[in-house]
This record gives sequence, C-alpha cells and structure tokens, in this order.
Amino acid sequence: MSTRLANQGRVIDRSKALDFTFNGKRFKGFQGDTLASALLANGQTLVGRSFKYHRPRGIIAAGPEEPNALVGLGKDGKFEPNQRVTTTELFKGLTSTSQNHWPSLEFDVGAVNKMMSRFFPAGFYYKTFMFPRFAWKHVFEPIVRGAAGLGRVPTHRDADAYEYFYAHVDVLVVGGGIAGLAAAKQAGLAGAKVLLIEQTANWGGRGVVDGVEIDGKAADDWVSETVRELEAMENVTLRNRMMGAGVYDHGYALGYEQLSDHAPELGGPRHRLWRIRCKRIVTATGAIERPLSFAGNDIPGVMLAGAVRDYAVNFGVSVGDRTVVVTNNDDAYRTAIALVNAGLTVPAIIDARPVADGELPEMARRMGIRVETGKAIGKVIGNKKVQSVSLCVQAGEGASLEEIKCDAVAMSGGWSPVVHLWSHCGGKLNWDAANGMFRPDADRPPTGADGVGFVVVAGTANGHLQAGAALADAHAAGRRAAKEAGHKLGPNVASVATSEGENPMLPVWSMPQGASKKLRMKTWLDFQNDVKVSDVRLAAQEGYESVEHTKRYTTLGMASDQGKLSNINGLAVLADALNSEIPQVGTTTFRPPYHPISFGAIAGEARGELFKPIRKSPIHDWIADNGGFWEPVADWRRPYCFQRDGETVKGAVTREILNTRQNVGLLDASTLGKIIVRGPDAGKFLDMLYTNMMSNLKIGKCRYGLMCTENGFLSDDGVVARLSDDTFLCHTTSGGSDRIHAWMEEWLQTEWWDWKVYTANVTEQYAQIGVVGPKARQVLEAMGGMDLSAEALPFMGFVDGEIAGIKARAYRISFSGELSYEIAVPASQGLAFWNAALEAGVDLGIQPYGTEALHVMRAEKGFIMIGDETDGTVIPQDLNLGWAISKKKTDFLGKRAQLRSFMQNEDRKQLVGLLTEDPQTVLPDAAHAVEGPKRANGMQNIIGHVTSTYYSPTLGHSIAMALIKGGSRRMGEVLSFPVAEGKVIRATVVDPVFLDKEGARQNV
Amino acid sequence: MSDAVSVLGGAAFSGAIEVADAGLCGMVTLRGDLSDPKLAAAVKSAVGLTMPAARGIKEGTKGAVAWMSPDELLLMVPHETADACVARLDKALAGSHFLAVNVSDARAVFTLTGAGCREVLAKGAPVDLSAAGLPIGEIRRTRLGQIAVAFWAGSETEMRVICFRSVGAHVYSWLCNAAQKGTLPGFL
Repeated sequence: MSTRLANQGRVIDRSKALDFTFNGKRFKGFQGDTLASALLANGQTLVGRSFKYHRPRGIIAAGPEEPNALVGLGKDGKFEPNQRVTTTELFKGLTSTSQNHWPSLEFDVGAVNKMMSRFFPAGFYYKTFMFPRFAWKHVFEPIVRGAAGLGRVPTHRDADAYEYFYAHVDVLVVGGGIAGLAAAKQAGLAGAKVLLIEQTANWGGRGVVDGVEIDGKAADDWVSETVRELEAMENVTLRNRMMGAGVYDHGYALGYEQLSDHAPELGGPRHRLWRIRCKRIVTATGAIERPLSFAGNDIPGVMLAGAVRDYAVNFGVSVGDRTVVVTNNDDAYRTAIALVNAGLTVPAIIDARPVADGELPEMARRMGIRVETGKAIGKVIGNKKVQSVSLCVQAGEGASLEEIKCDAVAMSGGWSPVVHLWSHCGGKLNWDAANGMFRPDADRPPTGADGVGFVVVAGTANGHLQAGAALADAHAAGRRAAKEAGHKLGPNVASVATSEGENPMLPVWSMPQGASKKLRMKTWLDFQNDVKVSDVRLAAQEGYESVEHTKRYTTLGMASDQGKLSNINGLAVLADALNSEIPQVGTTTFRPPYHPISFGAIAGEARGELFKPIRKSPIHDWIADNGGFWEPVADWRRPYCFQRDGETVKGAVTREILNTRQNVGLLDASTLGKIIVRGPDAGKFLDMLYTNMMSNLKIGKCRYGLMCTENGFLSDDGVVARLSDDTFLCHTTSGGSDRIHAWMEEWLQTEWWDWKVYTANVTEQYAQIGVVGPKARQVLEAMGGMDLSAEALPFMGFVDGEIAGIKARAYRISFSGELSYEIAVPASQGLAFWNAALEAGVDLGIQPYGTEALHVMRAEKGFIMIGDETDGTVIPQDLNLGWAISKKKTDFLGKRAQLRSFMQNEDRKQLVGLLTEDPQTVLPDAAHAVEGPKRANGMQNIIGHVTSTYYSPTLGHSIAMALIKGGSRRMGEVLSFPVAEGKVIRATVVDPVFLDKEGARQNV
Repeated sequence: MSDAVSVLGGAAFSGAIEVADAGLCGMVTLRGDLSDPKLAAAVKSAVGLTMPAARGIKEGTKGAVAWMSPDELLLMVPHETADACVARLDKALAGSHFLAVNVSDARAVFTLTGAGCREVLAKGAPVDLSAAGLPIGEIRRTRLGQIAVAFWAGSETEMRVICFRSVGAHVYSWLCNAAQKGTLPGFL
C-alpha cells in the first residue's frame, strides 16, 4: 500500500497541511502535493475505472501522460470532469470524485464487461454498426452509451473567468527543466527577448530528481541559481504553471497559463490563453517513459519507474513497501536505488536484457538489490491491487519460474522524447533504433515564411537521454535561437552536467517475447481506452495496415491522453504483426493541444454580453426602453415592433402599419449603409457598379439603383444621392454597408486603380430617421427650420438645412408608398431629433414603427427586399426590375453575365404577387408551389417558392410574393402550395404591386 | 449643439486602469495623395502639424493627425470645429483629387489611464504592445477582441482607443472587463 514517507519530498511543505476529499472521504495532503501524490500518500491506489471494461485503475504516471487517474473536480459552477490528478495541484478544500463507475468505485457492475471482453474486440463499434442495422440504434447503443463515457457533463454555467493575452517575443522556450533553463539563459545573455514557460509549478524537471550534477553542484542548486539569474534579466520572462499547448505556422504558439487552479481563493481569471508570436521556439519538453507490455500491466500499483521515483523524491510518497522494478534499460535502476535509499524494499530488479553491467546496475548490486537479467514479468497477480508478479524468461512464453510478492511494480520500457510541439507544424522525425524512439530530424524542421525552420529542439526532447549531452544540446539550441532571431552571441561558456553512465537499452515490445494469446489479452497498450496487444494484432489481421486506420479502428491513442504512453508500444506491436519495421509503419499525427486545455480558455472573454458584439444605433437605448421587440439585422438589433402593455406582437405590427398609413410613423433607419464616393471619375465608377445610369443624376436628386455581382446576380440595392458634381452618397442595405464598401474598394484597388475615386463609409456618422405617412410633412413643419413643401422638396429630391435646430439632410424617398422623408442628422444628435419628432407629432398621432411594419408596407407596394426576394441566384430581370437596367451603357458589372442564354430564358423563376383564396390564410414563408401529376413517390414538380408573405391590415387580405417558373406569363393562374399535414393552400398569381399602383399616396 | 451626446455619455470605470468615454471628438477623414505638398500644407493649416510617417501620429495644440493608410489620414480637432475643418480642407485642396469628410459622430473614443494600459489592450489586440513594438508617436489599426479599433499611446500612462460608434458600448464593456483589478499579466 502506498503511504507518506517520513522524509524526502523536495517540493512539499509539511508545515502546511491541506484537507481535501475524494469520493466524500476526507484526506490530508501538503502544500506542494499534486492530487496524485496526496491520494497515494493516503493509500488511495484505486482511483478510477477504465472506459470500456471498467477495469479498476490506479495512478500510473506523475505528469500529463497519465491515462487512468481522471476525476471530476469541484462542484456546480466550478465542476470540471476528466481532470488529471497528476497535473492537479492540491489546494485546501479540494473536492474530487472518481469517474466511470456504477454504483461505486470499489464495486462496479460495468466490470462485467471485462468478462465479456471477448465480445468487445477491436472494432466493436464498427462491427455492431454493420448488422443488423436496427440493432445498433435500439439494442447496442443504449447499453454501451449507458455504461460508457468518461466524466459527467457539468450541469452549471462555468463560474470562472478566462482571458487571452497576446505576447510578442524573440524566443519562446517551452519547458523549464535544466535544458529549458540553459537555453533560455543563452538566448537571454545574447539579448533576445525571451519567454520561458514551464507547465508545472516547479523548475528543474527530471534533472533534479535524478541526482544530476551541474558544474559540480547538485542540479537543484544550479536550477535555483539559474532561475535567479534569469529573473534578474530584464529581457527574460519566466512563467510557471504555463504549458506550451501548440505550435502553429510562422512562429505562433499557444501558452496555457493556469492562474488559480492551485489557489481558487486568488480570484481573477482562472486560465489565460497566451497567443505568442516569436521568431524562434525552443522546445525543451523532455521525454515520457514507456510502459512495458506484460500481462496485468494495468493493475493498480503498476507504475512507471520514473513516476515512482518522482513520488518518492519530490513528494515523499512511497507507492508500496515492496516494489519490483522491471526494465529494459539502466535508468530504471535509479528508481530501485532511490527506493532502497528511502528505506523501502526492492525484492528484485527484473531486467529483460541478457547482461546488465553498467554503472547503475553495479551500484544496485553493491547495495544488495537482487538483479535478474534476461528475465521478464510473466504476469501480475492481483485484481484491485498488485499482490505479486510471476518471474519468467524474457525469451520464453511466460512459464513461471517464481512468484515474487510485492505491492507495487515500477516498469520502464525506455523513454520517448516529447516531440509533439516539434511535430505540430510539420517537424519530421527519425527512428532511433538503438533507443527505440522517434527523435526530431534537425534537417526537416517546421518552416516559417522564409523557408527556414523556426523550431529548435533542445535536450532530452531532442533525443539526448543523458544529462551531459542534453545540457550541451540545450546550450547550443539557446544560442542558435538567439542568433537566428537576430542577436549577437557573447562568449560560449557552457554549464556541464554529469550523471551516471548508461549502457544501451534493449527494445522490448512484448514481455515475455513469446507471450501467449491469453497473456496478450491481458496486456494493455492504451490504458484509458482499453486497447490491448491482442486488439492491435486483430486489427492487423483484419487488414488494417495504416497506422491511422488502426488507431481509429482500435481507438488506440484516441483517449484524452492522446496516446502519450501507448503510441510507440502500439506502433511496435502493429509493425511486428505486419512483419514490418516501426519507421515504415510511421506515427500518427501529433496535433495541438499537447495536453487538454479548458473550453473556457479557448472562449476567453467572449461569453455573456461579450460573446457577440451587437451594433447599436443612436436610438437603440430609447427603443429598448419603449417596448422594442428586437430582431437581429446583420450585426445590428432593430425593433421588429414596439409592443405596448398587453399588446401581442401581431397586434403591435397591425397598429403600427395602420397608424403610419393613416397618420404618421417614425422609423429608425440609421442602420442603412451610407458610402461617400468622390472624384472626377465617381460618375463613371457608379455607372459600372449600378445597373442603371448614375452619372446623369442631377445634383440634389436621388435615384434608386441596383448592384449586381460580375455574375449578374443581384447583390444590393439602395438610393443614390448626388451631393455635388463629383460627390455621390450611396445608400446600401443595413447588412450590406461593409460588404459594399469593401466591394467598391476592391474594384478601385485591383481593377480600376487609375480611376480618380475615393470612398468613405459614413454609415455611422448619421442617424437616419424616417418620418412616414400622410401627416409626415406636418410633423416636420412643426419641428421647424426648413421648407419641405412639395415644391421645395419634390419626390426623389433632397435638401440640406436645419430641422429643430439640428443640422439635417432631408431626403424625400419612400419605401412604404406614403409621403415619406428620411432625415439624416449627426449621430450624436440622433436621439435629440427622434425625441423632437415624437414631441412635434403628439397631436398628429405619431408612433414609432418597427421593421415588420416596414416589411409589410413595402410588400404592399411590391418593393423587393435584398435577402428575401434575392438569394444569390436572382437577376434583376427576374424581379421585373428590367426598367432599372440601362440599355445605353456599354458596360456595368453583371451586364455580360445577364446576356447568357440561361439568364435570358423566359422560363426562369420570376417575381409574382399572390392572393390566397381565403384572404385570412397567410402562406408560410418559403412554401413551394407545385404542379403536374403526382409521381410514385408522392411528389409533384416544384415550380417556385414564396419569398415574402404577410397579412396586410391595409388591404384586409393576405399578400405574398413568390418566384415562380415563367411567372410573368401566369397572371391569373391559381397555384397550389402544399403545406403541413396534407393541406394545400391555393393562391392566384397577380401583379406584385398590391396598393396604390399609380403612386398617388406619396405624390402629395 | 448642446443636445449632442457621445456614445456612453462620458461613462467611466476604475479598475487596474481607468477607462473613460472620451466624449465627443472631432474627426475628419482625409484621403488624397499624401506625397502632395499641397495636401501637406492643407493639413498644416488645419491642425498645425506636419505629415506623419507611415503608422505615425502627431499631436499638437490645435489637434492631431494620424496616418491611416497610404492614401488616408485622420485629422482630430475639437468636435464643434470638424465641419469647419472639412470646409478649410475643401478650400485649400480645391482642384486636387481628394476626399475630406466629417466622421466625428461615426466614432467612439475611449481614454485609458494608468500603467497597465498596454496590457489591457494586449488581452485583445494581436499586435506587439510593448513600448518598442508600439512606440509613442505611432498608431495601430487592429482589432480588440472581435472589433476593429485604432489606438495609440500619448504617454506611458495614457492611451486612446477609437472604434465605430455602433460598437462603442461593446468596446467599453470589453475594456472594463479586461481592466478588472488584479488581472494584468505583468508581462509588458
């Protein structure tokens, strides 16, 4: 059983005890503990259940590679599932719950899957999809989904805050071990702006645990000294608890800083996502130890040898009284030595290599530790905890030579450099057969815009597994990064690290070498996803030769640890099964993030009111305070209607329409786009942009215009006003202002760059307020300041002046068919003008109206709406707007496209009006018109669809517009619109102008 | 003109730094040939300043002038004089191809005060906000969160942010959120 040792524990503070709970049980740990070390210190070796078979699982590692020990942390708004205990720092009052078990961690019904494991082979999901088809949905999925799934989905809104931070540096160093520190120091000394980040709370990494000496000092002392030196450098920033999450194109990296996970009482943002631009990235990310593949290697108590050492040295935790060490390399002997030095028992070191005579094995023997070479673990005996291991010959099939009693197993299959960040953006790897690992190929780095590598890998991450070589490599990497970032190097003075010499390891992918099928079925590769050696072999047997396919078929490496432990072992098993070499099989793709980051960090501050920016007109707040019922219009919010107390939305719309047609309405039209176009070539330019002629527009006059894309399709519409000889003001749709401005600039900058035209988007300079209805002129006259009589300002004219003491431009244009003025005033005085108009119109019955009344009134007049009557496939001719297409102009955007035969086809869908047989029945939006006989499948030919449909209170009749095949030849035809539940609505094709065809209402 | 209001009516927030609606500011967009001495003279007569270099901003007693693009300047003057400024430019540049237009009310302006201004903006703008990356005398057109903005440092403890008026309330909320006490990274 695991427990706290009386001494050791370099990172814990025994004077600061912290209470925490696991599954409701109260435990005690120390400041500096991870949740993993604290759980082990309390004897909690069983921490979770595996994904598929619900096998009992314990902690296996001490870092982000941990596959098993995931817990739910916190409660309610602070709850987060799938948190690794090995990367979770302990704090006072931490609450954690284990996952993936029912009814309890100790007794789990789902573990029956284990006995059913022969029925859950590799590709189980795919196979059950196949036959019988109904069975997946109705039989398998409910059972499998009910039993499976990691963690619970949070039920509360995340209570924490998150943010981004953009940083620009010369050199980013990822990893605060001895290599990262050395590289940062060299880059810093050269004068580079350096950011050094370390994922844990502590500097120094493995070097300090493994007893390395640097410059004759203990690594610990060298680390403290170097950290102090770096802190003193103004051009160097150190951040711990910050992980290098990803490397992207052109020297871009993501840093994931955990600000208060270790101390929730701190407040402020919980995570900060650093978006870092740098000239060079040094990855000093170290290495991860590989498990060995022997039967029962997933039983709680079987751990990585390096992790066992970490728990003893860093946290003063023993993982067991009697720990068997099993290895294929010299490094694991350090664990045996550390345990014996801590007063614990190591019954045996089982070394798969025939000979072990290196410095460390000899030291172990001198300490009296039994070393068995050429041997292997046949299987681990135990269920929820290790009881013993059976010793066998590595070369054999697993026949037991002896059973060795123990309560923990420390395994080491060698080390794999953490090449993730190197690989994220395309850095390539070479297979190092001697060390059984992939290591970065310096000749094939990820390259930047200049074709030169922008990632420099340093130390153990570069495949230098021994401290001396690693430190020298990091020293050179730091200098190289600084130089490539444009800094001059100083004298080359390197720190020198020494550690015990190590003999070569022996690649061991199966233990014992000839393990029987029965043993292989108990030999785990991917612990979290329950992928065994037998599964990978089965995949190979079934024809999965590509590693990417095997990964998906078996789910190897697809768990939340992303195969940090299983990757290489799985590849090796696949290569062996395919009778191929590991480099030929290749690796799966490394993708960011290196270790899961929170969704909160990705969202940053963009939540709640900051989630989506909303554009607000100068009248917005008044509208909000006066019953405005909002609808989104592009990024704006506009009032659909103004609801009064006790009024329905429909009732409000009807009231607003009738009042505007009978009295006077007030419309906030500020969102309309307004673009100034000026220059000697402005007229020529607008003649190209609009389908109709603009260059002959008289100063002081307005003209409605259409814009098409070069493919002839209608893109935007609006009123153009000529302000002076060389200046026009173009109105666009509310959603089109930015798009049309960009469209203008694109043509001016890329095609007609020699035309003398300047544009400016002045949309927001003005509040534009529509005063609409038979009494509109009376309201404006009451406000005073300008002569707005029919003579002074005829239809489609504009004048500049002052209304109610506010500088104003009055356009006499109408989208409702009523007498109508749009008054543009400076945005800062928009609200003042609005209030003045309301006041002036009180006795005249003035009421504000919203966008739905606007829509109904324009539909009554047969005016089109971009986005309703158009959908990117409609040309103006389809909408009976041929009158707005100049025949005189030699060219305009879209002209040539509109001459194509398809565009000229009389059978194109054309705009028509519709009157339903029952005047009270309103056609649904987008209802389809059909004709012809019903086919066998019950369908008829679709000949078009409804584009706008309303109930017109003015006419007391439902009205609609539709695009109908050959519509202009169908006047008087009755069309069928099948709607829900077999109902058919019938409507007669009519002219789309329903009201006041001759325009008498606006002509007053 | 007493009824003219800025987007947030002078709202202010105090956190890690001070954030305030700077009130109404006069702004004139001037597009033209920036190498034309006539244009330089017109600018000089309007705001009393010489032409800024690329990405530059100059501030003086009569106003300020900022380089916005290879053919665009932004002139800043008192709000009530913006129309007069346009008229003056129109007169001075008559006969040339140019565009001068009052955009004062299309904009919102915020003042940031305090040592942490740069770090507040670096939470949302993907540009180098270090003193070397954005020296005094330069202006950046970039984005803040999801919104297009321009900003510059008048001193190491005062910065100004310009955005469109319609998103002024959003930018103000964004700034207040980013300027919460105790949230500055301490990097810049």
